[in-house]
Amino acid sequence: MAYSVKVLDHYENPRNVGSFAKDEEGVATGMVGAPACGDVMKLQIKVGKGGVIEDAKFKTYGCGSAIASSSLVTEWVKGRTIDQAMDIRNTQIAEELALPPVKIHCSILAEDAIKAAVADYRKKHGEQA
Amino acid sequence: MLKLPIYLDYSATTPVDPRVAERMIPYLVEKFGNPASRSHSFGWEAEAAVEEAREEVAKLVHADPKEIVWTSGATESNNLALKGAAQFYSGKGKHLVTVKTEHKAVLDTCRELERQGFTVTYLDVQENGLVDLAAFTAALRPDTTLASVMFVNNEIGVIQPIAEMGEICRSRGILLHVDAAQATGKVAIDLETLKVDLMSFSAHKTYGPKGVGALYVRRKPRVRLNAQMHGGGHERGFRSGTLPTHQIVGMGEAFRLARLEMGAENERIRMLRDRLLRGLSDIEEVYVNGDMEHRVPHNLNLSFAYVEGESLLMAIKDLAVSSGSACTSASLEPSYVLRALGRNDELAHSSIRFTLGRFTTEEEVDHAIRLLHDKISRLRELSPLWEMVQDGVDLNTVQWAAH
Repeated sequence: MAYSVKVLDHYENPRNVGSFAKDEEGVATGMVGAPACGDVMKLQIKVGKGGVIEDAKFKTYGCGSAIASSSLVTEWVKGRTIDQAMDIRNTQIAEELALPPVKIHCSILAEDAIKAAVADYRKKHGEQA
Repeated sequence: MLKLPIYLDYSATTPVDPRVAERMIPYLVEKFGNPASRSHSFGWEAEAAVEEAREEVAKLVHADPKEIVWTSGATESNNLALKGAAQFYSGKGKHLVTVKTEHKAVLDTCRELERQGFTVTYLDVQENGLVDLAAFTAALRPDTTLASVMFVNNEIGVIQPIAEMGEICRSRGILLHVDAAQATGKVAIDLETLKVDLMSFSAHKTYGPKGVGALYVRRKPRVRLNAQMHGGGHERGFRSGTLPTHQIVGMGEAFRLARLEMGAENERIRMLRDRLLRGLSDIEEVYVNGDMEHRVPHNLNLSFAYVEGESLLMAIKDLAVSSGSACTSASLEPSYVLRALGRNDELAHSSIRFTLGRFTTEEEVDHAIRLLHDKISRLRELSPLWEMVQDGVDLNTVQWAAH
């Protein structure tokens, strides 16, 4: 399968790989997917004052497109508020990375990872999701 | 000098040996006659070449040349054997037995026979990929007419106990078909002693050209088949169609070379395969899929736990290998062969098949070892599963949101 230049770039040079300590102030974690399906994404956000995402990190088990999708969203969520992050749609991810139809689920998973991380943040901070 | 990418996918196909190609070319240009032409020397010359090749194919497997029927490849041979025998003997019974880890050319043919009113039992394999003979025997019924078991598995390279299965089938009057596409030149095949009735061969897995194969059809005791390709009555009515002389000459030469060279070649390849395995065995959580003892020397199928197969293939693009996981084919399903071994999903999704061959070098194997060390550790740094396991989490206890 031929990958787009952008997928290859994120795959070769993934941005923001790693983990925050789970108990670090403002950190929330979203883990989505399942080993059985061949994709697991862990997205962590570090939320500062005013609900702004100051930093993000990811780890992904999955194909090149899954790695690229999660790498991309770490870049996109930084600097946004959690509400703005919730506006990121899988179609935007798929378009940016020129994902072929069989890889659309990777972008859906990346969107789900953002939602899961935000939900975790809201749960920890007593807000309604 | 190392030439990249390195081909380690010899079970997908092999290059035509230059000695084989050289023998084929005259039959495309000057010696172009139709082997069925009886009225002139062009036809006689082509026919002689076809018969010489038939002898070479027969010799490799200790058969009579009259038992060899040319086909377009192992897929066609499997179709002819299964449909031809099932249909011809349908008055005796309509039950067939095969194995879940067979090639799709057998499994899908069985599905078609089910649509035609036959019943098929698909046997499980043991954790090592081998068929349990007691389970095999238990699956045979009074109305079973045919069993079909591959000699060597294409994904994990394990060698099934064909000799024992032949005895079991023969004593019950059941035909045994063996798909030997991955076996020629790799394991000794003696059809004088093996009680096998039908055997499928392919040229391009044994350094011959694509598009040609053969089916062995036993004469004593005689096996009969319904033809699946009708026409001019070539190949004694088993398979009509003008014979592709150059392809057949290529297959004959390829099988002749296999017969002469397989002893030394297999030892050389075994050393390289063992070198590859040794070189990778210091990586944590690497698992061999399939039995190591009952296995052709060419194959190494490994699961690199917590690394997804497709991303690994992408990382090692200097190596032409295949992923046991069929993710690359859009189906997103892990390999059905590895699932049949009872491998869990993580391991089935994380497998790579390395198949070595005639032109593999030590330098290439060493390069592959270095590359895999680098890339596995990089991808594990990226893997949340690896991180969880390092933190002592048992992944089986995690509640995953399947999607």
